[in-house]
Amino acid sequence: MNRREFLALLSKAWIAASVSGCSSLRPLRAENLYQLAPFGQARILHITDTHAQLHPVYFREPNVNIGVGSAAGKFPHRVGRNLLDAISTAAPADIHALTYLDFAEASERYGKVGGFQYLRSLIEQLRSSAPGSLLLDGGDTWQGSGTALWTRGQDMVGACNLLGVDVMTGHWEFTYREEEILSNVRAFNGDFVAQNIRATEDALFEGVEVYDEDSGHVFPPYTMKQVNGKSIAVIGQAFPYTPIANPRRFIPNWTFGIQEQDLNALVERIRGSEQPDAVILLSHNGMDVDLKLASRVSGVDFIMGGHTHDGVPVPIEVKNAGGTTVVTNAGSNGKFVAVLDLDFGRSGLNGYRYQLLPVFANLLPADKAMQAYIDKVRQPYADVLDEKLAIADTLLYRRGNFNGTFDQVICDALIQELDAQIALSPGFRWGTSVLPGQAITMERLLDQTCMTYPETYVRDMTGTEIKTIMESVADNLFNIDPYYQQGGDMVRTGGMNYSCAPRASMGSRITDMQLRDGRYIEDSKTYRVAGWATVAAQSPGEPVWDVVANYLRDKQVVSVDRFETPRLKGIAGNSGIADYAGGISG
Amino acid sequence: MNVLVNRRRMLGGLLSLIALGVAPLKVLARVTKAFQATELDGVYAELFADMEIIESADIKMRIPDIAENGAVVPVSISTSLENVQSIHVIIDQNPNPLSASFELTDSSPADISTRVKMGKSSVVRAMVKTVDKVYMTQQQVKVTIGGCGG
Repeated sequence: MNRREFLALLSKAWIAASVSGCSSLRPLRAENLYQLAPFGQARILHITDTHAQLHPVYFREPNVNIGVGSAAGKFPHRVGRNLLDAISTAAPADIHALTYLDFAEASERYGKVGGFQYLRSLIEQLRSSAPGSLLLDGGDTWQGSGTALWTRGQDMVGACNLLGVDVMTGHWEFTYREEEILSNVRAFNGDFVAQNIRATEDALFEGVEVYDEDSGHVFPPYTMKQVNGKSIAVIGQAFPYTPIANPRRFIPNWTFGIQEQDLNALVERIRGSEQPDAVILLSHNGMDVDLKLASRVSGVDFIMGGHTHDGVPVPIEVKNAGGTTVVTNAGSNGKFVAVLDLDFGRSGLNGYRYQLLPVFANLLPADKAMQAYIDKVRQPYADVLDEKLAIADTLLYRRGNFNGTFDQVICDALIQELDAQIALSPGFRWGTSVLPGQAITMERLLDQTCMTYPETYVRDMTGTEIKTIMESVADNLFNIDPYYQQGGDMVRTGGMNYSCAPRASMGSRITDMQLRDGRYIEDSKTYRVAGWATVAAQSPGEPVWDVVANYLRDKQVVSVDRFETPRLKGIAGNSGIADYAGGISG
Repeated sequence: MNVLVNRRRMLGGLLSLIALGVAPLKVLARVTKAFQATELDGVYAELFADMEIIESADIKMRIPDIAENGAVVPVSISTSLENVQSIHVIIDQNPNPLSASFELTDSSPADISTRVKMGKSSVVRAMVKTVDKVYMTQQQVKVTIGGCGG
């Protein structure tokens, strides 16, 4: 598609949108949004954490994303109006894309976001105005939908090949079995890079398949790409805590970690031997880890990040011993395409322009080849995916540091179906939103639950055990040092609520754990606890989606009468929280 | 420090370890009491008596910030300091804080790798003893229940 065809399609897309009631969208809007003034000589496109959402979705940004310590008040820990206050201008469409404000109403007006057929249209257009553009994918692409699970990620490999992803790294990609991962990587047309994944010494001794037997790297640590005559090094940084946050049993031969010292040495080596015009770290660390890493490693021009699903509209410049590193994060679920344009002078990198473009399906033409591919992938499973389980009486979403309404539904279902007192549900950052009045289809339920270790459990736990879990997860979220964070949100609870002091130290954040009847949880007493997604060993129960689907079919209409989100202490005035339902003291 | 191990080099390394095997056993006997100590002070008293302990940037310790498996946490320590006699790994929160001791001969490079067991999150100390001083670097290592990756 050339530029003229694209513009013609854009205006047609507007007509379709206005006929369907989106009268506030003017045709200029789409053109203003997606037509960028020329800048520089080399264009880098970045998507991340699409979580296998081939079709457009709704995705509500958080109203709770608290930063502690030096991260308080800074990006990405600004939500809602606090986020808007920190950027110079925001058009109404940007406000909707970047915040949770009036989410249900604004979603009706602006429609869905993302979808690979719309991503491809936009990316092709961005490429045609900057020949040789490089497309980077930060990972969490091959997991998150029913079809991704059932094809073990292969549907997404095909979609990424069609999209023309040049370089990627990973995280949830590693929740398939090792041989499946290696097979997916072989089928992927781009370069899969990771400087921080090595085979363990034992595995090397056994002779497992690796990229480099001397270094132990399972995948190439970096790749060199020519972008319009400029030589760009792209280093991969996979999620450092994959074997801790996800089951190690799927990838027993691999070891991860941040590997800051290795990265330093690698950058030095690349600078010396490859003479790159720019060095980019394609990162799945999460934004807080990236910001710390940027302050400690020299020689990286840009860290293009993901994992924490932060749609951050402005690039963050971080000073370090060698100069400045620019850190970005490009949101999730196909909602954004980040465009980094680089300007080179005689002495090298002169300047850059960074734009985070929201992907509004109503404003873009659907790419025909991608649409056909998606239809083909989905067709065998359409009956299962399209089943309407219940109607949502209220907005259902997950993303946020504490309970989302969809989590509450999952917890309520676990308690009822598994006959438990308390339910625990993991604080993943993926999971799409369902608008009030819409059907919760199996597809939407799978968006929230689809993974390779979905088995449920119900077992007796002491009050002390429950408290230990809560404290441990809270520390993974609120540890003052980002290197000790894992980038997920707080475990969700049902049947139990509590108080949480994010700024306290480990062991003293969680207090006042109370059952629904008001009784306090006692250390030595036992409670019947249901949950899913156990990391250590496979749980014995049914997959969580079957348990929740049964509950939804019975309910027919789902509302959230009791929203069990904790009382918070010590974070009044924090710009990472607004419109909070659980109450804040101090 | 060289962590790049391929099968050939690892086999070579194992053979040289076997050759050296007898000498370290004798020295190990001398630090038995330090291994039995249940408090950091006790370990220090046995290993270093009253020697001064100095934090040093010349010791490189490589250990994960968060352990992938507390039962086997890989740790590597190397140093450019001169006249190193011994290298010790101390884990404050372990029931017996002293986890590993390496007595070096004049010809052995001050560069060790081992695996330690950690029951819970703790400060891990790399201690390097020279003829007249003790040098140290430390790092917090977290042992956590996993789950909840974004």
